[in-house]
This record gives sequence, structure tokens and C-alpha cells, in this order.
Amino acid sequence: MREPKAEPMQVETDVLIIGSGGAGMYAAIAAARAGAQVFLADRSLIGRGGATVMAQMTVAVALGAETPDHWSHHLADTIQAGRGLTDERLARLLCEEGPDCIREMDTWGVGWARRDGHITQAFAPGHDRPRCAYVDFLNTGPAVSKTLRTVVNKTIGIHKAGDLLVVDLVRRDGEVTGAVALHLASGAAVTIAAKATIVAAGGLTRLYRRNSASANMGGDGYALALRAGAPLIDMEFVQFFPIGHLAPRLIGMDPIMWDPFRYKLGGRLLNANREEFTERYGTREDGKYVITRDLATYAIIKEVEAGRGSPHGGAFLSFEHCPAAALRAAFGPVIDRLAANDIDLTKMPVEVAPIAHYHMGGVTADARMETEVPGLLVAGEAVGGANGANRLSGNAITEAFVFGRRAGRSAAERAHGRRHGFASTDARGALDLLAADGGRELNTAAMIQALQATMADDVGPFRTEAKLTRALTTIDELTGALRDRPAGDGKPFDMRRIEWLDLRNMLLVARVVARAALMRAESRGAHQREDFPGVLSEWQLNQVARLRGDDVAFASVPIVAEVAAQ
Amino acid sequence: MKATLKVWRGLDAAAGHFETYDVPFEPGQSVLDGLRWIRANHDPSLAIRFSCINANACKECMMELDGETVYACTARLESREMVLEPLHNKKLVRDLVTEIAPPAERFKAT
Repeated sequence: MREPKAEPMQVETDVLIIGSGGAGMYAAIAAARAGAQVFLADRSLIGRGGATVMAQMTVAVALGAETPDHWSHHLADTIQAGRGLTDERLARLLCEEGPDCIREMDTWGVGWARRDGHITQAFAPGHDRPRCAYVDFLNTGPAVSKTLRTVVNKTIGIHKAGDLLVVDLVRRDGEVTGAVALHLASGAAVTIAAKATIVAAGGLTRLYRRNSASANMGGDGYALALRAGAPLIDMEFVQFFPIGHLAPRLIGMDPIMWDPFRYKLGGRLLNANREEFTERYGTREDGKYVITRDLATYAIIKEVEAGRGSPHGGAFLSFEHCPAAALRAAFGPVIDRLAANDIDLTKMPVEVAPIAHYHMGGVTADARMETEVPGLLVAGEAVGGANGANRLSGNAITEAFVFGRRAGRSAAERAHGRRHGFASTDARGALDLLAADGGRELNTAAMIQALQATMADDVGPFRTEAKLTRALTTIDELTGALRDRPAGDGKPFDMRRIEWLDLRNMLLVARVVARAALMRAESRGAHQREDFPGVLSEWQLNQVARLRGDDVAFASVPIVAEVAAQ
Repeated sequence: MKATLKVWRGLDAAAGHFETYDVPFEPGQSVLDGLRWIRANHDPSLAIRFSCINANACKECMMELDGETVYACTARLESREMVLEPLHNKKLVRDLVTEIAPPAERFKAT
């Protein structure tokens, strides 16, 4: 140990929000409007990291603007997609309050694409009617983020703090009373006393080599909640997006950008022989885009395994049948960005392959977004259960809005009239961790790559007992190598220390995912076991993980069903 | 192909130094790809900031390439010496990381 550091910097707030993506910003606005003082913390820039800003696609919501619709139809589709595991309370909340949030975003000037005076709603796979709003061109996530940033900036009572990495939640008598954070730009420790804390730190796609979200999404929120005593649910269900961009190298664009163009133009998926192949796996496309994500992922991976993959190990996606004018009309300025990458869609296909995209699992919460642990709430992708075993296209931004707003209101209610329960003695463990003088020999960047390779190869969309067991061995080895004191020098922007803290979370969450996947001896939705094909009725249950000492304990619980439409 | 990245290192803007790394690459790869390769293969203490990696969405990886401000995720690697420095008009944090957040979005104890 080095000489004791100066006392940590101290912050007090009514509501602490961890993560400033769509869910965190919506929560901040809702909590502040309800009268709470809000401290909005992000490990990165405010409103630019996370997943929302990367979402170039659509937002599913039963507005009935395009054709008559009702939230109960959206709920039925969400439950159907969830393959029997959906928490219907949460799914209902998502579908029922979605329209209100979309209209609220509209009044804030997000700029939903319009046709004939109404918000345009597009078809997306798994929906029974056109239901998905968007912002042209490929601009849904950036427009949503910018709009929310603007409203956050105008709202009185929101204190913003970027470059603040929350290390652990702090508890007293079983309640969350705040958090300890590392201020990245200075290397200083910070304590935050909060009457209510919302984890809105997103999912875990960074655990995988190829993924569609930002490098911030390493499961931080799940690990924070787990260590604070909250259970995680459905952690075996990682959604892979089937047609993530693979080749040629494309920079300046989100790898999931091809999806809306498949909606609009019916891009064709082809194997190495330039043949359509999804019908081999039970789904004819006939030039339309109807295949669900899990089936498309399966078809592409099986075609590659059969030796008919594209040169980089995926499938070809071709728009060569589309006239140049139709491409220009659908892609707009994106055509020029593609040209800058030497891609001309009239003359060549691109290569695509499944890419880690979203996590269905997460922290268990009730319809107020409160967890089992008093003082701890969750919002957005950090919440588990609303999407069952497979998320419907377009539901992620909707849940960010709805769950964020609900969490913000609930947190403000909890904070109202409450006294702080934070005591610095309860923060000692996390502060000691940050004060540690760690080793300089670990290559934390290489360790993260090793974990990502293991997760992609052995805990990907198609799993076996042998692969999962091998992954758990690698996770054990990496955990052993990490040891218990952080690497790095503790000076400003110490990447080794940041990555050490990230690995602490990533390895814990990876272990939960792999163990849950090993136990579920069936194939359902996004969890496919090649050694246990087929859905088993006895597995229509949720697996719940809790931390017991240093180990993770699992239990099975019946699904939460509720009478849907009224 | 091989790029030679000459990277400014240091915690004090007045007392830094350059370190030079040879980075293998395929045409089309970005400068950020090269910096991430250096971190995983040579020196994990090299400080850079990014979150979206590829999408030009997070706007975090701003730095100077041969004296011009670029996003490292959209600047391409080339087979020549490329000089990378932190933004000169922003406060230095470390290596290629500068204080780029608007003042109202920076942490300060309340």
C-alpha cells in the first residue's frame, strides 16, 4: 500500500443515475421534473456513449398512426417473440406507455420521419403490422440522444458528471445509500451519497469480440447490482444481430446499419455460391425481410459451418438487384459514405455475420423499476425479463424511454422527504480498492481481448456443454490472473486501472452468462444448445443468479404472467 | 502492410516525449484500430479515449494527426510515418487524451 491518499471528493444528491444513454437521460428528466436533485454520472461523455446513440434503426410503438393498432397487439407480439419467458408486467408497461413517450419525444423535436402528416411506421420482423418509428437516414439513435441531451440541459436540477466510473454501490442495513466512483480525468476517488440510485448502464455486448454497441457496455450495471445483493434474471439470453457488417472494412458507420435497408429494399442473403439459403433452415424469404433474428443467425452460422460462407466467414448481403435510383432514395447520403469506403452496392455485395447486439437478461425489477434491494432501481437494457428469451425488433429504445421515465419517477418518490443513509465507513472496501498500488505487469487490454474471444467462440449463439465448460475454465484462469488489487499507477486516465476495474465486472458477468447457459439444457430463443435441440416445457422458467460470497448461486423461478389486454 | 505511428506520451504538456510503434494493418483499417493494436500487443498504459469504436457516434477519439484534428476512428492507417498528438487547444489529461467535454458536463464535487 502506498501512503494514504487524500480524502475522497464527496457528492450528495437525491437521485444518482449511473449511465447517460436513452434510459439514464429519460430517468434524469423524469426525476428532476418530479422535484428531485439529480446527479447524472457517465464513465464517458454525457449522452454519447452507451447503446442509444448507436441505434440507427427503429422504435416499436403502437401509435396506430400508419394502421389501427393497440398496445395489446404490440404486447402479444412481444410475448410471442419472448418464447414463453417474458415477464408480462414489464412487457405490458413497455407496450402500454411506449406511445406516450414517443409522442413526448415528438414534442421535444426528435423529428420522427413523417408521411402524409403522420409519423411513419415501418414493418419489422415479428410485428403483426407496421409499428416502427424512425428518424431518416439511419439517424434514430443520434437524433434521440441529441434530443434528450437538449432536454437534460434545459431541465433544472440535473447535475452532469462525465468521466466518472462507478466502482461499487454502497450499502447500509441492506439498502443502497450511494456509490464510490473513480474520476477518470484526475484519478481521484469520489463518494456519492444518494437517497435513490438508478443503474442505467446498459448491457454486456462488450463481452464479445464483435458487437454493435459501444465499448462502455461491459456489463458494469449487472455487476454493480449483483455485488449490491440484487438478483439477475435470464442471463443466458444474449441476442445476436444476424447481419452485422463484416467486410469490406467500413469505418464511420454502425455495423448494424444494413437492417433498415433490408426492410426497405429486401436485400438478399447469399452464400459463397451466391445462392439464397435461408430456406434450407425453414424460412423462405422471397425477397421480403421476414426472418426473425434467431433464425437468420442460425442459418448464417450453419451455412458457414457447411463450408459455404463468404470469404471472411459470414454471408453475402446483396442489393445488386436494386436500381441505383431506388438505392439512393432509400439510403440517401449513406450512399456517399459507402462510396468513401469504396463500396458500390449496385456492383458488389457486402459480407455480414452475426454480431452481439443486446442482452435480454438483467437485473430483476418490478413495474416501478425497483429491485429487491431498497434504494436500487434499474432502467433500460439493465432491466431483465421484459423481452423473455428473444427481443422483438424495435423494443430496445422503447424500453429505454418507458423504463427510464418510470425509474426516474419512482426514484424521486423514494427520495422525497428521506434522509441520507450514506456513511463513509460503508464505502471503505471500494475506496481501499482505488487506493491500492497495483501491479504494472498485467496486459489488461490483451486480457479483455482473450475474454472477448472466449465468449464469441464458446458462449456465442450456439452452445454445447464442452464449449461452455471450456469457457468457464478460461474465465477462471483470467480471474486468477487479475488477482484482487487493481493494476496501473492510479494517475489521470490510467487505462490499466480502468480496464482492471472493467475486467472485474466483465469476468463476473461472463461467469454468470456461461453458467446459466450451461444449466439450461434446452434450446429456446437466443439460447441454442446444439447438444439439447428443441424447447422443453419443463424449462419454461427463469433462472435467477445471486452472489453468495465470491460464488454465484442459481435458482429457478416460475415466469411472471399477467392477464395481458383488458 | 505496416504503418509507423509516432505517438506523443506524457502527463505534462510541457514534458512529453514521442514513442514510435510499427503497426501491421490491412487497407481500410483506422488509426484507432492501430492504437488499439498497440495497447493489446505492446503497451496497455497508452491512454486513448473512445467508446463507439467505429461508428463516428461518440466523438471521443479526437486527436491530431500530422497536425490536423481528426477522429481516430475515421482516419485511415497508411504505410508511412503518422504523427499522433493530443489536441493542442484542449487541456491535456494523458497521452492522447484531452479534456473535451463541455465544462457543464465535467465532474466537479457539488
